[in-house]
Amino acid sequence: MRKEFTESLLKRHTSKNLTILTGDLGFNAFEKLREVMGDFFINAGISEQNMVSVSASLAKEGFESWVYSIAPFIYCRALEQIRNDVCFPKLPVKFVGAGGGYGYGVMGPTHHAIEDYGILLTLNTLDIFIPSFNSDIPNIVKKVGENKNPSYLRLGLDESSNKYDAPPYAKWRQLTYGKGLILIAVGPLASVYVEALLKMEFEVRPNLWCLSELPIYSSDMPENLLKQLNQNGIIWVAEEHVENGSLAKQLLSVLIEKKIKITSFKHFYARKHIYDRYGSQDYLRKKSMLDCDYMVERINNNNNEVSI
Amino acid sequence: MPTKITNKYSRIIRQKLLWMHFVTNTGHIGGNLSSIDIILLLWHEYIGLYDQFFLSKGHSAGALYVALWSKGILSDDSLKSFHGDDTLLPGHPPSNVYKEIPFATGSLGHGLSLAAGSALAKKLKGTNDQIYCLTSDGEWQEGSTWEALIFLAHHKLKNLTIFVDQNSLQGFGKVGDISSMDNLEVKLKGFDVEVITCNGHDFNAMRRAIEVMTEIPKIIILKTIKGKGVSFMENDFKWHYLPMSEREYIKAIEEIN
Repeated sequence: MRKEFTESLLKRHTSKNLTILTGDLGFNAFEKLREVMGDFFINAGISEQNMVSVSASLAKEGFESWVYSIAPFIYCRALEQIRNDVCFPKLPVKFVGAGGGYGYGVMGPTHHAIEDYGILLTLNTLDIFIPSFNSDIPNIVKKVGENKNPSYLRLGLDESSNKYDAPPYAKWRQLTYGKGLILIAVGPLASVYVEALLKMEFEVRPNLWCLSELPIYSSDMPENLLKQLNQNGIIWVAEEHVENGSLAKQLLSVLIEKKIKITSFKHFYARKHIYDRYGSQDYLRKKSMLDCDYMVERINNNNNEVSI
Repeated sequence: MPTKITNKYSRIIRQKLLWMHFVTNTGHIGGNLSSIDIILLLWHEYIGLYDQFFLSKGHSAGALYVALWSKGILSDDSLKSFHGDDTLLPGHPPSNVYKEIPFATGSLGHGLSLAAGSALAKKLKGTNDQIYCLTSDGEWQEGSTWEALIFLAHHKLKNLTIFVDQNSLQGFGKVGDISSMDNLEVKLKGFDVEVITCNGHDFNAMRRAIEVMTEIPKIIILKTIKGKGVSFMENDFKWHYLPMSEREYIKAIEEIN
């Protein structure tokens, strides 16, 4: 998604009103951006706390202020700067965290971002954007760019094949239709599951919903989703995030508020930071039972249980 | 309101500061008395319409509020509400209330980066607006101040002047005994910044330091006295926290007079 992000930001850089600060990252991605933006592209060095406060002042002075780093280096290292300097005065700084979830895979747990939106949503004023597909990026960059609130864009990896044509970007999108359960996947996890689920028979295929923005509100839940929830009652949520602060917890509050009767609720989430062994994002997803094979197996088992 | 700050005017403002802290039963007076002179000088003689001041040592909010009062920006009633319920003037400056206070400060180590960001913004816009930032000396124990220093020196933010209120005391003792910032001038000179040390209670010395022309950022280390002007408060770190009793307040006012 970095390539699409860079292209979208380049298009947005139509005037000298846009700045981007990077924490010494962007090799093989930001070279063109650096060349075109000149002084407005600022490599702030390895100093995320300073970078975030600087970004706040740039926003206060009227710049469209973007900040880029490996995700946890922003929201963990500089959380107080995000809270005091950006969120307190509600400045529209745009944070871009690379490697959402287990995105940095075998690079190790210091680079993983599996508690990001749970932490950031506690700051109340910040909006979270989690693209699922590469094709989402232009729309999301525009939306983040125009957002009057602070934003956090969690970049990940679109795992869908070239053959898959994602529907136009929306906060909530239904990707598959069937008579099976309802599966809500956050961000790129939807791209992990969608093609395997499309191969299932309609009678057992889940209704896969993809969510790309947080927080969720009862008022912006799509009518179709609410209808399905009311009719079905079997709801699964998959997200590359720890259980605390998760979408699943937020969703349960909304479902209760909406008086939706739940017959079964399952939550698939990032189990932990520290494992006995490390590996790729896919390896770590398997450890957390978030991978596609496991999800399909669970769906099939669930269908069998239902048919029995 | 004088066009030039004098020692006499400084004494009047000190009395107002003591009054505000006394009527509201508020502490943090020591660091306010060490920094009031530079804050007053900047607001009356240097800060223009588009310039910006960052109080990184947010616990000197009282001095800032009184300086803004002396400029006619805050009223007596506002000062009386200091530190109370329903106030616009909490113990550390809030954001989104007065345009003269651009950010909420109080957690140390933020102001310098915020000031650097503002100075960078002015530079990118091509304006000559000046940015001023007041830090404490203990605050330089925060790692983020050094991040900011590297950044502002690298970007040659010559529109930025940083002040260090070097009263040599912090919350629980002497700076030198806790985590020494001794020879701060030598340390700072290792970066690409102009470093000047002067008496932080001598207006002419401070004017001379501020008016030194440079092509790089400037740091002015102000040798100050915590609790300056009140003998029983001077150089006693307990006045970092304590409010005054009535007897102490009367004695303090007499001494300032």
